[in-house]
Amino acid sequence: MIEPIKPPRRKNPLLRTRLPASPPRPRSRTSHGFTRAAAEGRFVLQRCEACGVFAYPAREACPSCLSSGLAFVDAPRGGTLLAETTARVPSDVYFRERAPWRIGLVKMDCGPTIVTHLHADCVEGGAVRMSFQLDKSGQAVAFARPEEEETANMADDRQWREMTADPKFRRALVTNGRSVVGQEAVAALKAAGAKTVFVGVSEPWRPFAGEELLRGQEGIEVVTLDAADEKSATDLAADIGGKVDILVNTTEYVRPGGLLDRRGTSIARDEIDQAYLGFINLAQAFGPAMRVRGADGVNNSVAWVNVLSVYALANWPAFGAYSASQAACLSLSHCLRAELRPGGVRVMNLFTGPVDTEWFQTVPPPKVAPRAVAQAIVSGLRGGLEEMYVGDVAEEIRQRLAANPKALERELDR
Amino acid sequence: MQSKNLLELAGAISSGAVRVVDLTFTLSPDFPVIVLPPEFGQAAPVRIQEISRYDGRGPAWYWNNVTFGEHTGTHFDAPIHWFTGKNLPNNAVDTMPAKDMIAPACVIDCSAQAAQDPDFLLTVPLVEAWETKHGRIPERNWVLLRTDWSKKGWRDYSNLRDDGAHTPGPNPAVMKWLVEERGIIGFGTETIGTDAGQAGHFEPPYPAHHFLHGAGRYGLQCLCNLDQLPAAGAIIVASPLKIQNGSGSPLRVIALVAST
Repeated sequence: MIEPIKPPRRKNPLLRTRLPASPPRPRSRTSHGFTRAAAEGRFVLQRCEACGVFAYPAREACPSCLSSGLAFVDAPRGGTLLAETTARVPSDVYFRERAPWRIGLVKMDCGPTIVTHLHADCVEGGAVRMSFQLDKSGQAVAFARPEEEETANMADDRQWREMTADPKFRRALVTNGRSVVGQEAVAALKAAGAKTVFVGVSEPWRPFAGEELLRGQEGIEVVTLDAADEKSATDLAADIGGKVDILVNTTEYVRPGGLLDRRGTSIARDEIDQAYLGFINLAQAFGPAMRVRGADGVNNSVAWVNVLSVYALANWPAFGAYSASQAACLSLSHCLRAELRPGGVRVMNLFTGPVDTEWFQTVPPPKVAPRAVAQAIVSGLRGGLEEMYVGDVAEEIRQRLAANPKALERELDR
Repeated sequence: MQSKNLLELAGAISSGAVRVVDLTFTLSPDFPVIVLPPEFGQAAPVRIQEISRYDGRGPAWYWNNVTFGEHTGTHFDAPIHWFTGKNLPNNAVDTMPAKDMIAPACVIDCSAQAAQDPDFLLTVPLVEAWETKHGRIPERNWVLLRTDWSKKGWRDYSNLRDDGAHTPGPNPAVMKWLVEERGIIGFGTETIGTDAGQAGHFEPPYPAHHFLHGAGRYGLQCLCNLDQLPAAGAIIVASPLKIQNGSGSPLRVIALVAST
């Protein structure tokens, strides 16, 4: 039975803010098969292509028949907790600060035995559900939760919360409240228990649909933010930079067209200004404080979310220049991920297909509902994910890209 | 004119006998810009990016890179800005005669009417009424429409509603008349454009742009401090940046006002 976490009190200004420490980072190259799966919330194990045996931990050859054909495949999550122990004085700084820390041995129904972090509701001899989670070093670690989908205050488990970025009691900044996606994200984060959701509105003199809903709501603070403007971003960070635990970058600047059917570079400039330079301004304004606050209590800074187009992965010529601006942001997100790593702050990218907004009006369905994007943001934060594909189009592009990038290029060229 | 008169002017400016009034808004990213339907090309907003500020990027100096559209902040419209003036000679900011950058101004105070009605329009009878009080508008004068619009908060200043902007301006007849019958050098406003917010629905659309630029005249907009000018007799100094083939530019507009 988990005690629910309490809303954090105001900080004692006489105490130094605890600096983030990182759990052990080294992994073998093969082990990153788990990292890849954990980033997407999948559970995989290596399975021998010759004899069918599941293996763990990551190895180069099958422990049963010595075949080298060990592929990572989706595996059943069920297992039984054989034994558990509590580390009370670990030598590692990260775990020492968080001790006591429970770990255990889980015998998987599919065969192997896994050393794993434990949710507090897991009991010896009981059935558990396994996952790989990204820890504060960004590396995959095994995590056992009780078999039941939901136990009381399940997400409040101390060890689980280290692996996730749950909005509960945290303060979030949604960077663009003018867009429907931004507004839905505000509502979803608030419903997920965020203490405060700051919502950025650029050019406040310009009215926009949904404005009344944002203003005057308890726990929602409308702030002036034009991410593409260096001063606007730094001014806002000067005010609230130390209170942003989750930053949701919902910058949205979609314009049709590629190269030859456009004249000049002014639209491309706007795209770069809004999406790419806006990202840089936000990162430089908010990133340093987020990185240093990675271990700052119950409402430590935990995550940076980018809502990106799936066409960042493969150019869609009908929106070709926009695709390129998204690709630039995707590349930047990997840089940000590395730079936020010492703080344990995760960077989650959500890839969406065309969203159901006016700029994709003539694009036939399926389109992603802004609310679905918002719900994915929350579920990704709660699950501690790094990559999410929202909607059928995004998922399909992902699969087709993995199967044959050249085929996808030809198929998008229509 | 003798040079001593010109030096007298300099002395009067220095002593304060001639007041210098700044009619310019600060060029900043916060200042509203003209909003066109999103499918059209847009004016780039003002961006100010630090190159260095006495730091590792430049230890002893502070400077910025600045970008903006030609029609941002307090700005000047040259004839080439509008299709009606596209074929005129010397119609861009780099080729316009430098002497056109200094001219007297008549200020028509419509602040009371504009306070009542955001869609207030200047008409010929209103200007004629002004003339009976202050005399006929001389040729090659600026006509500046005072509405006190510059004193509003930015939201009321742009006053955008779901059917467009609602801000005061001139009606078509008065623009044609000022250009053809009075030979004005240009028309200036406190609002985002020389035209009224709803001027796209006029006949012709955007009459201030249409008639002014078609006749090789100029526009000034986003002016402030017009309430500090006399009805007639102030001298406007408005010299836009010399942008190659530029259609306009942000600029510093100042007025010289005699103290007596």
